[in-house]
Amino acid sequence: MNNLTLRESIKKGLIEALESDPNVFLMGEDIGEYNGAYAVTSGLLKQFGPKRIIDTPISESVILGTGIGSAATGLRPIIEIMTINFLLLAFDQLINHAAKLRYMSNGQLEVPLVLRTVTGGGAQLGATHSQSFEGWLASVPGLKVVCPSTPKDALGLFRTSMKQKDPVVFAEHALLYGVRGDVPDKFYEIPFGKADIKRPGNKVTIISYSGMVRTCIQASEFLSKNFNFECEVIDLRTLRPLDFETIIKSVKKTGRAVVVEEAWKTGGFGANISETIQLEAFDYLDSPVIRIASEDVPAPYNRKLELDTMPSEQKIVTAIKQNFSI
Amino acid sequence: MEQSKTIQIYENMLLMRRFEEETGRLYMEGAIRGFCHLYIGEEAVAAGTISCLSEKDYIITHYRDHGHALARGIDPKNVMSELMGKSDGTSAGKGGSMHIFDVSKRFMGGHAIVGGQLPIACGLGFSSKYKEEDSVVLCFLGDGAVNEGEFHESLNLASLWKLPILFCLENNLYGMGTHVNKTRSSGENIYKIADSYNIPSLQVDGMDVIEVEKATQESIEKIKSGQGPIFMEALCYRFRGHSMADPSSYRKSQEVKNWQKNDPIIKFERFLINQNIIDQKQILKIKENVDSEVEKSIEFAQNSPDPKIESLFENVYKNE
Ligand SMILES: Cc1ncc(C[n+]2csc(CCOP(=O)(O)OP(=O)(O)O)c2C)c(N)n1
Ligand SMILES: [Mg+2]
Repeated sequence: MNNLTLRESIKKGLIEALESDPNVFLMGEDIGEYNGAYAVTSGLLKQFGPKRIIDTPISESVILGTGIGSAATGLRPIIEIMTINFLLLAFDQLINHAAKLRYMSNGQLEVPLVLRTVTGGGAQLGATHSQSFEGWLASVPGLKVVCPSTPKDALGLFRTSMKQKDPVVFAEHALLYGVRGDVPDKFYEIPFGKADIKRPGNKVTIISYSGMVRTCIQASEFLSKNFNFECEVIDLRTLRPLDFETIIKSVKKTGRAVVVEEAWKTGGFGANISETIQLEAFDYLDSPVIRIASEDVPAPYNRKLELDTMPSEQKIVTAIKQNFSI
Repeated sequence: MEQSKTIQIYENMLLMRRFEEETGRLYMEGAIRGFCHLYIGEEAVAAGTISCLSEKDYIITHYRDHGHALARGIDPKNVMSELMGKSDGTSAGKGGSMHIFDVSKRFMGGHAIVGGQLPIACGLGFSSKYKEEDSVVLCFLGDGAVNEGEFHESLNLASLWKLPILFCLENNLYGMGTHVNKTRSSGENIYKIADSYNIPSLQVDGMDVIEVEKATQESIEKIKSGQGPIFMEALCYRFRGHSMADPSSYRKSQEVKNWQKNDPIIKFERFLINQNIIDQKQILKIKENVDSEVEKSIEFAQNSPDPKIESLFENVYKNE
């Protein structure tokens, strides 16, 4: 076992990919000489040279487009878009092109590219720099969306991402980069569409992904310690494909479900999950499915205000206590 | 340049410098958070250009916006309050360092998405022309923004429709940690790009406030005559890191030191003394005043209350 940060485990995945296939290259803004805005690619330029670690102009659209064109002709690009907020400038390439080429060409083309980007708020970066769009992206057929919450999952899912024949959005939460966890030395992969039970329980199923998984676990520990109330926390790990089986099985056992996400509540990804639970496990439910998400407001800079917009341990605990009368 | 304006510009540059030195310090102490990009070293560009504007002219800029805001005469108390996220801030603590706005001064924002201000600048210019207001738009951008599609769309439209915009490119040689020579084949002569859009362009020494002021004055006159946009490249350098989070490993400390020898404030100070415009005594006095203004702004911001939680939903939409 290695004890690694999420940053280190992703870097390990990048190095493996670069070492195992000469057609793999990294491309993005400030990933080389600057060592990466979040230091994930630190040192890689030195190790692999400028042919494979490519600093680009600030041109999100053509960065992604170059990734698409080169992926469609046999290369294996790993594209870094500095944060998901800047990915908006490349939405056309991502959604109209990367996600559609296989279908429109009836399988003549494929786009096996991995798009790494940074998601999430909570660091007082203000309205334009604190957003979570991975849920939006998961609604696009043709894309696969990965949101790891631990170093171990990140590496296992990254390895699987590199084996895909279709575009993968690999969304890394900015506040998780420094979080440590055990990562097996022995080679392993984590399949897409397989959720993970991060904490077993029998009273309520909490479903979450990315940065919020930690918060859900903290809330569960609190409820366990103070009320002997055991929550089962499910980490989706990939939003598309999505593992409904694990969710439904758990809800049938607990009879209660809470869906937690960092994105805005309206139109949030959690709404899909909640809909499916009500369809597939209606007879098992003791109460309506609860959704906890960010308030429908742009992220304010002020710390107190920003924290007030986001789901928190406190909010999850309160919602569970109120709705399930404990 | 008139003598009173000269001295005002000097005071203004000092204010920017001292204000931001304190900003850097307060950031390290944790009183200011998030992303925070200092303008130290580039003061001549904001001071030289903005001093040529009238009240009805517009300014729109990027996230490195404290200097522009102060040059426009926005009260340092309110800028500092915004940096600390307080209710007396320019956006009552909701915007932060990268998003300073003061529409009463036609300061139309710091914009934190690289290139995002350029299309909006076209809208400001369009509006001025439509309303026959005779307002000029001063639009700042960095060398990095030139590579965004929004830059090219905006230059084309501004030229095609003869919009009254002065594009002021602050070429400080780096976009974050990447040198312009690695992102543009035209590297340190970006202004030539305007040729392909039929926009007259020029390059100035952005460390020399007199040159910047003169070029801006002339450009604004031309723009007001209705000939359309002008593109001005100011060659400059930031003495600090890209943001407070920047390890600055991509440039040599000798390079920074060499540029610091060309400090725009010291250079201007020497000029003022050599020309007998002010003497050492007056300089000391000005410095004292500026220091005290900065101190007051900090004290004011520290005492300003946090915004009320109830204000969270205000201004997502118009409050009915
Ligand atoms: C669309 C977009 N891409 C990337 C970023 C991240 N980013 C912020 S500033 C910056 C560098 C911009 O450099 P430049 O335009 O030269 O301005 P400077 O910071 O040098 O003043 C980058 C890449 C961003 N904010 N927006
Ligand atoms: Mg620059």
